[in-house]
Amino acid sequence: MHVGRVRALALLLILALAAVGRDARADTFTDALAGFAKDSFSDTIAAVEAIAASGDARAAPVLRALAEGNLYVRKSDQAVVFTREDGGKTLGTEAASGKDLGEFKSDDYDQVRLNNRVRSVVQAALGTFNLVHPDARTRIEAARALFRAPDAKNIPLLQKSLEKESDPAVRAAKGLALAASRLMSDNDAERLAGIAVLKGTATPEVRDLLLRIAGQAEKGSPLHAAATDAIASMDSQIRLARNAEVFFQGLSLGSVLLLAAIGLAITFGVMGVINMAHGEMVMLGAYTTFVVQQIIRGWAPELMEVSVLIAVPLAFLVSGAVGVGLERGIIRHLYGRPIETLLMTWGVSMILQQTVRVAFGASNREVTSPSWMSGTMEIVSGVALTQNRVVIILFGLIVFALVVLITRKTWFGLQMRAVTQNRAMAASMGIRTGRIDALTFGLGSGIAGMAGVALAQIDNVSPNLGQGYIVDSFMVVVFGGVGNLLGLLLGSSVLGVVNKFLEPFAGAVLGKIFVLVAIIVFIQFRPRGLFALKGRAAEA
Amino acid sequence: MLQLTRRAALAGLLAGTVLAGSPAWAQDTIKIGVLHSLSGTMAISETTLKDTILMMIEDQNKKGGLLGKKLEAVVVDPASNWPLFAEKARELIQVHKVAVVFGCWTSVSRKSVLPVFEELNGLLFYPVQYEGEESSRNVFYTGAAPNQQAIPAVEYLMSKDGGEAKRWVLLGTDYVYPRTTNKILRAFLHSKGVADADIMEEYTPFGHSDWQTIVKRVKQFASQGKKTAVVSTINGDANVPFYKELGNQGIKATDIPVVAFSVGEEELAGIDTKPLVGHLAAWNYFQSVKNATNAAFVAQWKAFIKNPKRVTNDPMEAHYIGFKMWVQAVEQAGSTNVDAVRQAMYGQKVKSPSGYDITMHTNHHLAKPVMIGEIKADGQFSIVWQTKGPIVAEAWSPHIAENKGKVANWTYPWVCGNCTSPKF
Repeated sequence: MHVGRVRALALLLILALAAVGRDARADTFTDALAGFAKDSFSDTIAAVEAIAASGDARAAPVLRALAEGNLYVRKSDQAVVFTREDGGKTLGTEAASGKDLGEFKSDDYDQVRLNNRVRSVVQAALGTFNLVHPDARTRIEAARALFRAPDAKNIPLLQKSLEKESDPAVRAAKGLALAASRLMSDNDAERLAGIAVLKGTATPEVRDLLLRIAGQAEKGSPLHAAATDAIASMDSQIRLARNAEVFFQGLSLGSVLLLAAIGLAITFGVMGVINMAHGEMVMLGAYTTFVVQQIIRGWAPELMEVSVLIAVPLAFLVSGAVGVGLERGIIRHLYGRPIETLLMTWGVSMILQQTVRVAFGASNREVTSPSWMSGTMEIVSGVALTQNRVVIILFGLIVFALVVLITRKTWFGLQMRAVTQNRAMAASMGIRTGRIDALTFGLGSGIAGMAGVALAQIDNVSPNLGQGYIVDSFMVVVFGGVGNLLGLLLGSSVLGVVNKFLEPFAGAVLGKIFVLVAIIVFIQFRPRGLFALKGRAAEA
Repeated sequence: MLQLTRRAALAGLLAGTVLAGSPAWAQDTIKIGVLHSLSGTMAISETTLKDTILMMIEDQNKKGGLLGKKLEAVVVDPASNWPLFAEKARELIQVHKVAVVFGCWTSVSRKSVLPVFEELNGLLFYPVQYEGEESSRNVFYTGAAPNQQAIPAVEYLMSKDGGEAKRWVLLGTDYVYPRTTNKILRAFLHSKGVADADIMEEYTPFGHSDWQTIVKRVKQFASQGKKTAVVSTINGDANVPFYKELGNQGIKATDIPVVAFSVGEEELAGIDTKPLVGHLAAWNYFQSVKNATNAAFVAQWKAFIKNPKRVTNDPMEAHYIGFKMWVQAVEQAGSTNVDAVRQAMYGQKVKSPSGYDITMHTNHHLAKPVMIGEIKADGQFSIVWQTKGPIVAEAWSPHIAENKGKVANWTYPWVCGNCTSPKF
């Protein structure tokens, strides 16, 4: 063969190879995308890792879409497409070319499926991209994701982003993620440095991580010693934090009891009516919340965040109106006949339950929590309180203060007390006792309705909602002292805290039984509850 | 002699009243009893099952009924009251003379009606996943036994895809189903080398609503340096506050996955599922299964209930299978006589919405596929794992030592639900 031709051929071959090589390098990203079309979790994970490692600018939106379940594969040609919401429409974009596809038709696509293993890989990969996100909350999320899946290869990245970070909360999260990543290093000095940082953060998650390290390290090695030392030093702190949390949980249970019982304290405590339909007033309040949210969702979705606040007065009105109707229609004919009242109101409670069941169906209704009522807030490191519980404690205290104000400081409250203490005398002073009875009962029922709004946030909105609270409510009122509001506040908090400290030892079932037995014994010695009314009022 | 005539007269009188009491056209219908709570705590789950049977009956009547007769539903309400279940079952069989009963949800209600069905030789189709350890001649169990739900779910969580869990929290409502299931699970975990120190077992009352402490304890239990998973046999209403608390305390499925045996599409309808994405459920059917039978089933249900938002779930599918099987068995036997139908039931096959041909076995249980689904943001499940084909139910779990050698087989020569040697 002619030498020149050989040379030319060789040149061509080299050129061709070079071209292929360049193509391959440019298309790690595109190649990796093909992994999504295989519909297997292992291939999806491989694709995610390859995309994250490619350093391609197109990677972040793809991973973000995958994390949110918005990544699809076109059935016709296996092209990967991600979607986003825009003004009520779903728009599609081709991942490889960045081509805008306009409105997205889900029928032509298969969703890329996720499981928990894929999800944690995606979150960790996304974490490395989101560390520099403009939104601080996303940056914290990213740092937490890297903390959960620590990897030594993220150390330089975290170090760099930590230097540039100015927000203190994000700095703390990134610092933890960095320390956790250091633990994964092969270098013992790095790992010891990581332990030194983590030592100061006494949370169960950090403890978990250190335990894993201690388990891997050789016994007697400096690493093992440092890790076990760190765990021992945080144990007492964790125990303290746990006790603080249990106390908070007790208060929170107490506030739920307080809310459920406060309306009953008026109808039963002040008026002496055994109202078995009290729980259903709570239930009506919860359903009012549901209806309000449905209306808002349809007509003014921007008000969703404050829907609960709008529901509070409405629930008061709805339950209050039903209460006034109940008093005028039935209870006023039965004053002084407690057994008949009990039976009648019990019947009413069943009628109300079944009415709601017919109107709304037997299944639970969804009440969404506004964002300011979901998630946890960390008071100090290691003590995390759930936000909905904090709001409910505050709400319980506000309602309690309102009731105290109404009974003590208003003209209506004065008349109310007058009627309950001496009906005949009050009537002869010109007070329309019938009207006061109706309004008092309405007030008690209305407050139960407001409690329903709060309980809808933590319990089922179902026709049975009220039944779960009726016994507890009577228990609190009797324990605290019938007719005494301060006793109610104290009684509910004590019951809540005692219950919560008992629960870890005795279990939920036995704990509840212990509390009931304790109350029965207590009532034997103080039949009038914690704070017995004294003087003339006691005889009324 | 006198006494005999008196008794005969009484019997005649009774027969007369029963005949007079039932309208003339009753002769041309086959009555089907529906024994589901329509009020009380279980109404949330059981009302849907009553509607499912009504839908199936309506459908069968459109096709011309059965044996040339129309089907007629007799619906009673046992009101979530366990002893009332037994009374209502007696009423259905003795007064209404139903050919078959579809009913019950909780195991305690099934245990309550069991003596009635055995005494009067009635026929009950029970559609809910349960703890096993039972096989009655008068009951066909169309839900899952533990080996068709609980054990595969735990095996999945032990696998690489499931997160290789090493520590286990068994949470349940305090009654027979969770306690028995957890007993079986504990024995199974022991056989896989899990120590007692790595198992936490906890029970709560029905309708438990304050989950703060327990969720905190789960978190604490999970922070011992080993991957932890929660197996939940929490039943009914208590699930909503439990999942809300999980969401609020920020327990993500990627950290501590929760697999539930009593939470389906219907239960999720009352929860905002966005914080729960990734938590799991194990069933034999999910609404999201893709096949023609299921598409028709879902469409039929939405049309019947006149609400496009309603969902289907596993116990509904069990009733679908049970009803179709009973219809086939009656056609094969040419009669609704309980003994004849029972014999015809064995080996009946139904193409089910789960995508498989489901067969009735001689232990009165079905062979069903097992599916693990992850909760999606829209309240449906994405199926992440399923068995290659249907799994035959074990009425008596081999993981419980006392069950050694126990056989449930209602055909010759065994003819028993709980014996170690054949009767004949």
